[in-house]
Amino acid sequence: MERIKVEHIYKQYRLGQVGTGSLIQDVNRWWHNVRGKEDPTLKITEANDPVAHDNSGFIWALKDISFSVNHGEVLGIIGRNGAGKSSLLKILSKVTSPTKGQIMLNGRVASLLEVGTGFHPELTGRENIFLNGAILGMTKREITYKFDEIVAFSGVEKYIDTPVKRYSSGMYVRLAFAVAAHLEPEILIVDEVLAVGDVDFQKKCMGKMKDVARHGRTVIFVSHNMEAVKNLCTRAILMEHGTIVSEGLPSDVIETYLMSRNQLDWGKEYSEHEAPGNAYTRLKSIELIPIREDGKPIISVKSTLEIKISFWNYVEDLVANLSLHLYAATGECVFNVITQLPPPTIGIGLHHARCVIPKELLNTGVFYVSFMLVQDTAKPLFNFEEVLTFEVEEEREITNWHGKFPGFVRPNIDFKLQA
Amino acid sequence: MRDRNPSFIRIRLQNLSIKITFECKLPSGATGMEKTKFREVITPQQSFFDLKLKELWNYRDLIMLFVKRDFVAQYKQTLLGPLWFVLQPILTAIMFYLIFGRIASIPTQGIHPFLFYFSGLTLWGYFSDVFTKCSNTFAGNAALFGKVYFPRMAVPMSIVISGLYKWWIQSMVLIAAIIGLYVLGVERTNVHWTLVLIPVYIFILAFLGLGLGILFSSLTTKYRDLSFLLTFGVQLLMYGTPIIYPLSFTSGLMRKVLEWNPLTGILENFRYAVFSVGSFDFGGLMYSFVFTLIALTVGILVFYRVEKSFMDTV
Repeated sequence: MERIKVEHIYKQYRLGQVGTGSLIQDVNRWWHNVRGKEDPTLKITEANDPVAHDNSGFIWALKDISFSVNHGEVLGIIGRNGAGKSSLLKILSKVTSPTKGQIMLNGRVASLLEVGTGFHPELTGRENIFLNGAILGMTKREITYKFDEIVAFSGVEKYIDTPVKRYSSGMYVRLAFAVAAHLEPEILIVDEVLAVGDVDFQKKCMGKMKDVARHGRTVIFVSHNMEAVKNLCTRAILMEHGTIVSEGLPSDVIETYLMSRNQLDWGKEYSEHEAPGNAYTRLKSIELIPIREDGKPIISVKSTLEIKISFWNYVEDLVANLSLHLYAATGECVFNVITQLPPPTIGIGLHHARCVIPKELLNTGVFYVSFMLVQDTAKPLFNFEEVLTFEVEEEREITNWHGKFPGFVRPNIDFKLQA
Repeated sequence: MRDRNPSFIRIRLQNLSIKITFECKLPSGATGMEKTKFREVITPQQSFFDLKLKELWNYRDLIMLFVKRDFVAQYKQTLLGPLWFVLQPILTAIMFYLIFGRIASIPTQGIHPFLFYFSGLTLWGYFSDVFTKCSNTFAGNAALFGKVYFPRMAVPMSIVISGLYKWWIQSMVLIAAIIGLYVLGVERTNVHWTLVLIPVYIFILAFLGLGLGILFSSLTTKYRDLSFLLTFGVQLLMYGTPIIYPLSFTSGLMRKVLEWNPLTGILENFRYAVFSVGSFDFGGLMYSFVFTLIALTVGILVFYRVEKSFMDTV
């Protein structure tokens, strides 16, 4: 049975013209229009997100989205930031309305775009359970009925009559999620709320979500955590630039997604005016060079990886550090390293940095690199996000087992069986 | 049409800019086809006069919890707690008594000045509370509205109700003061039979505040300047309403202005009901009623308009 049917949904955002925010400006615009002059406030804001926009000051955050979700299905939505996932969720949860198209729903919808929406710091845990539950669409009777269960799930029994402003952030999140987890809507819309809490609690949450689906309810789940999508979802959708580019089994769709980010080559060079950056710094080039004894250009677990970065600095006498983050494809940070301390002082102009990742450190899989230029070891001047993506391939002595080693790293650690 | 969507017949009357959508469901047996029936449809435009009252009713628990939240949150960690509900108007009334009664010697229609000011202030307090708080509906709840859907009207409705509680508590004090002064022999108050109309007065007052409040709330999402104007305007309006002076005290232009003020009729009739002074002004009451009806209609129409798109403009 179909629970959700999305038909040709478009969402347009206007840039520049709306939200001028002041009556004076509107009067001014009207006065200019009356005299037949050009609107002085009509400036098109260049959005720096990857969603395509034309020159009229409109952007289409969603373009012709259609899909349907059945009873008991868990649909995962993946895609890069700015692909339109959040806009879609907002429309599905009725926070905002579509520009064109229609959505048909069959059943009560509860959306969790955030945990603890509407929590009031002055109110006690007990009062907040009722308030938050009602905001999420439960009636007082339902909440009363499930109250003990919610409190037990959250594990904050002792503090239930304490104002939540005295809670630790962990307790706060646990309580908030406990309320949300006991919603019993036919359709549940979840946005990345699992990214919070400790490991035990996350496991509990995942279990609860699986439960929800098992009871014939429908879940739409947006996440950057590919493992979670793989584990939880029965179907997945990949979004890019406001459209659906792939739909199917989660494992297939995730692969498509990873491949699309993996198409980047091992180096990039920019001219100064199109380079990513800001008034403080711009990236000239970033390059990944595998170093191997056999000289082959292969990135494998046995290759030493040299990352060369060239950037322009526009700040005089900058006490500078680079801070480099290496992420796994699923979004977890594998490590963060910084350049030497105490930091050197650099002048305006082109500068170079080099980072060597030793061989036999990273496991197989897709990784990506972001780095920041940091002033005085405290103030990030710019974060160059996802500037480099690469995949480490397998290269191992013959084993009878062909599976993938788990984990992000596979360091060469001394481990011997005495024979 | 019949093949595509047998469970709905849609007739769309398109007249000027007003769109009315009628939806009537046929019993599924009549179409002879079993297809998924959808209980809810999200579309870009909503029918113009759909007030979604049923949905609001389904969220009545939320409204009452908002009311409770406002009470509890406001007076947590204060020494006197809810006593402030009555202390505020009492202190203001005493201040008015000293300034306008003693120093400026403005007559109070023979009513004891404290009772005169206090009775006016309870009404004014309710109106201005509802008005200013409702006018902050969108701006003050942007974070909440951006994350979860519930009928937005629940917020202003909860303000009307919590204001009513406050007014009720203050009325108790007014009654106590009237009885107290009667027993002490300071002031003999004769109530009038129009006392039974007080619920009507309060109703008009509340919905006038609500209508104007949500109208301003919707406008301030686009024009932030209005919120400054509002703070000043409400202050000014208090002096343009017969609270610290009776209508009979004014003349000429001031009188004209006051007669245009929809609050005047309510204030005067309320005092007539409680103290039997002045006269019963049916015309004034009708004017207030019609004004409220218009303000409420316009407010609701604009509110539901803005509700749908406001998250894109903040």
